[in-house]
Amino acid sequence: MKKTLTTLTLAAGLLAGVPAMADLVMPSLSYRTGPYAANGIPFADAYADYFTLLNERDGGIGGEKIKLVECETGYNTEKGVECYESTKGTGALLYQPLSTGITYQLIPKVTADGIPMLTSGLGRTSAADGKVFKWVFNFPANYWDGASIMVKYLLSENNDSLKGKKIALLYHNSAYGKEPIRTLQDLSKKYGFKLSLIPIDAPGQEQKSQWLQVRRERPDYVLFWGWGVMNPVAIQEAANIRFPMDHFIGIWWSGSENDVKPAGAGANGYKALTFSGVGDGFPIYGDLKKYVYDAGKAAGAGDQHGTILYNRGLYAAMLTAEAAKKAQELSGHARITPAEMRDGMEALNVTEDLMAKDGMPKFGPAFQVTCANHGGSGQAQVMQWDAKAAKWNVITDWIQSDSSVIQPLIDADAAAFAKENNITPRDCK
Amino acid sequence: MFYREAGDFKTSYRDDGQTFPIRFDRYRYYAVLVFGFVVLPFLLNDYWTNAVFVPFLIYAIAAIGLNILVGYCGQLSLGTGGFMAVGAYACYKLTTAFPDVNIVFHILGAGIVTALVGMLFGLPSLRIKGFYLAVATLAAQFFLVWLFNRVPWFYNYSASGQISMPERTVLGIPVTGASVAPWAGYLVCLVFAVALAWMARNLTRGSVGRRWMAIRDMDIAAEIIGVNPLKAKLTAFAVSSFYVGIAGALFFSVYLGAVEVGEAFGIQKSFAVLFMIIIGGLGSIFGSFAGAAFMVVLPVMIKLVLVDTLGWPTDLGAHIQLMVVGALIIVFLIAEPHGMAQLWRLTKEKLRLWPFPH
Amino acid sequence: MVLPDTLLFAMEAALNGLLSGVMYALVALGFVLIFKASGIFNYAQGVMALFAALTLVGIQQGQVPFADLIHALTGVEMHGFGWTLPAVVAIVLTGIVMIGMAMVIETLILKHLVNQPPIILFMATIGLAYFLEGLGDTMWGSDIKAMDVGLPQGITGWIDESTNSLFGYGFYVDQLNIVAMVVAAILVTALTLFSQYSKQGRALRAVADDHQAALSVGISLRFIWVLVWSIAGFVALVAGIMWGAKSGVQFSLSLIALKALPVLMLGGFTSIPGAIVGGLIIGVGEQLFEFFVGPLVGGATENWFAYVLALLFLVFRPQGLFGEKIIERV
Repeated sequence: MKKTLTTLTLAAGLLAGVPAMADLVMPSLSYRTGPYAANGIPFADAYADYFTLLNERDGGIGGEKIKLVECETGYNTEKGVECYESTKGTGALLYQPLSTGITYQLIPKVTADGIPMLTSGLGRTSAADGKVFKWVFNFPANYWDGASIMVKYLLSENNDSLKGKKIALLYHNSAYGKEPIRTLQDLSKKYGFKLSLIPIDAPGQEQKSQWLQVRRERPDYVLFWGWGVMNPVAIQEAANIRFPMDHFIGIWWSGSENDVKPAGAGANGYKALTFSGVGDGFPIYGDLKKYVYDAGKAAGAGDQHGTILYNRGLYAAMLTAEAAKKAQELSGHARITPAEMRDGMEALNVTEDLMAKDGMPKFGPAFQVTCANHGGSGQAQVMQWDAKAAKWNVITDWIQSDSSVIQPLIDADAAAFAKENNITPRDCK
Repeated sequence: MFYREAGDFKTSYRDDGQTFPIRFDRYRYYAVLVFGFVVLPFLLNDYWTNAVFVPFLIYAIAAIGLNILVGYCGQLSLGTGGFMAVGAYACYKLTTAFPDVNIVFHILGAGIVTALVGMLFGLPSLRIKGFYLAVATLAAQFFLVWLFNRVPWFYNYSASGQISMPERTVLGIPVTGASVAPWAGYLVCLVFAVALAWMARNLTRGSVGRRWMAIRDMDIAAEIIGVNPLKAKLTAFAVSSFYVGIAGALFFSVYLGAVEVGEAFGIQKSFAVLFMIIIGGLGSIFGSFAGAAFMVVLPVMIKLVLVDTLGWPTDLGAHIQLMVVGALIIVFLIAEPHGMAQLWRLTKEKLRLWPFPH
Repeated sequence: MVLPDTLLFAMEAALNGLLSGVMYALVALGFVLIFKASGIFNYAQGVMALFAALTLVGIQQGQVPFADLIHALTGVEMHGFGWTLPAVVAIVLTGIVMIGMAMVIETLILKHLVNQPPIILFMATIGLAYFLEGLGDTMWGSDIKAMDVGLPQGITGWIDESTNSLFGYGFYVDQLNIVAMVVAAILVTALTLFSQYSKQGRALRAVADDHQAALSVGISLRFIWVLVWSIAGFVALVAGIMWGAKSGVQFSLSLIALKALPVLMLGGFTSIPGAIVGGLIIGVGEQLFEFFVGPLVGGATENWFAYVLALLFLVFRPQGLFGEKIIERV
């Protein structure tokens, strides 16, 4: 019996897709189905396309081919766990779950298994504290940075004073949406604006009462933390009540083509943050076209190229590849382990030159990861939707978040986590 | 040949009333237990524990709980997800408030808290029946999820609104948190599942269970012959919620380790558990296990075959998986409306005559 | 006329609630039709709306159904037929698809489940919901699609202006909601006329009253089922268009069923007027609750309040406001 079971386990293990251990394995926990499919597809396509490009053009990273193992989570935490367990035995180097719920699940697991995880612009904000979260990274920016950047942008619009202004935060009533509240409350004390909180329950197809409230209270600005169907509905409703769209600013997950297109011309002028490049005017698209698209190797339907979320997928893959290169450099061999990958990520230094060399000049902020700081520089840009041209335009330079407000919050939350889980923060020289 | 009662003489009422009256069945049952307790823990790796066995056992507990309410007492409920959330949050609050008490007591405590909440939401069942009740229990589902999301006290004012399980040990061995050995988490769930299944079996064949079934079959008639509907319905809600609460607590503490209420305990969960008992068989403990196994293993199997073996795109695999699950449910309902438990019963009937049928 | 602000705002909220209620009622109608005629609580109604909307957009934009599947199986790439049909044609074609679907559902599922207890039928429709969800995605892909059949959206100018001149505060009413109201009125009138004055309609009511008696006077039960599922499919299409215009066509559209359940409960599963009145009560109730109580408890109450409201009504009328009285005999 034991033998049959072992064979069964082995067979299932084989079925679960164990690749030859020689490759650099990059799992992709994607979601191409479920309520957030529309947003998950472009990201997953780009993540796959970038690695295909590296394989085709450069023969992988440092001579080692990259093997992408895709696993469908449907944005469901249980499936996320299943995906993690089924891929981690394959020598997976880095996880990027693209879901806050799955991130929380995986934080203890990756820590125990010693596999790094990157959650760019999502997940647990206090993971920026590398002393407590050794295996988790969330560069280049997190939600609290986002909130601070929005306020900074508004300050610059209003001659550095928000005194007496009314700002409403419209948010997805979940852990994700509630992230910015604490930061905004602190900032409202600092700058003297009045903050009102308007939650929307998921999925958010019906937002009448929220927008009636906006209409009554007439806030000067609405900040928006939405996801999924909530985004297009909110933008549509804002257009319906004739809220000035350029006073309506979304976080980076509320600013993609999927969100603004259904509202048509009404969405014109809507703003959102982004920490990854906008448009397909980057040299890398030339290479992608030559080696991937035209070779018929593009992932998915191939109709997402150049969209915001596709670019974010490219960015995530680029950071991954750069970290892997760094890891190879540090360890001196090409076939790196997850632990070496982690060291590579911690030594990552993304400079303008580096991005230009990858064909992605000024694609993201320049930042350096350190042992203590896993959160990057905390910079983002503001972009604006042009409905007529159907494209996003970047309207500011990189804006730096206010770390004097955010750092104490991160320290406090990380300390609470360390205490709850009996983690002794490591020493960072 | 082996499966027959011939020669198996019962000499007491106790023997006559036992759960497995056929000797072969009894030994098979012991063999399964021994296999589950002694052999499996040595074979399990992370993948099998976390992707198959632990969710299977936890869903089995929830399914037994719901089966008590729906299958035995006839009260249709769609609030399972909400009650699981109560269990999870109660477990979290208890274990963070009293970190020195053994986690097992916290899980039991979570069950008791859920039982109380379940009774509260069971009160309308005295007036409302059938599908109206099902939809009414959705009020519990949505309200509870909203409440846990809304009130920071429930998640200890953490910045993220998520609850995460700290490391807790049983007999010095960690069973929750990051560094759990696969077998430890599995064994905790197994102990709970077996103990609760044993308890459910004995409850349902005792006087309490008979009262539930009387209410299920016709509540007015039951009332006339002296069954107190208030007591019967509320005990069913309480016991059922106790089970569901424990399932929720295990789901959070052992299986996922961190949950966000809307995501993990949404309406989908309620439907999933209801599916399990319908597929498995209403009013059957074995059916609860069978249904849970079916619903946990099937998606994994489909994924293995379509995506990992045939190499189809993951999204297509997921869509086909939905279609196959949906179609199988319908096929099942058409072929055997009484679920897998009925198939099992039929098989046993056949086995008794095998190899010499009439 | 000068009224206090709170009253004005409450009036605006109530007005919007009434109109949202119509949107809920549109979904609830489909449930009621099927429940009345066959005693099936059709959970798949929401997914049918999604499926109908997907099909409509797909046909209109000339998408190739099952393109991904064909690609995976045969490696043939297809990128649409390259036409864009006028909305009316696409709606008619989608209607035909929904009728076809009703026939398939009847032959493959309902026929085999005659005389099963209601819960089994209910579960079968959940199975159907899963299946349709997967089918819709496989056929048309799971990216978000814009619903473009030329429905107006945005603030209704004349209401804004007239209330502004009357009260000094312009009420906001979405044009889409006004359209929905008109459509719902037409739909209900048509359904009533159909069931009162046509042969099939009368047969339908006979079946709803008593299956066996209807069978014994020669009414074909199977035809009636196909008929009623087709009508429900059409209602789902209308609901899909209305909701799809709001949010784009995508997975979450199927969740509108959850908005319809409290409406049904409150109005009674068997009554078409009940669905409308229930929708209005729920719509107004949740808007006013969110307006008055929402700020005190932190908002986002709509999801559960509708259910609690319906629950309160049910405690006093266990069969819903307009449902048939439940008579129990031993």
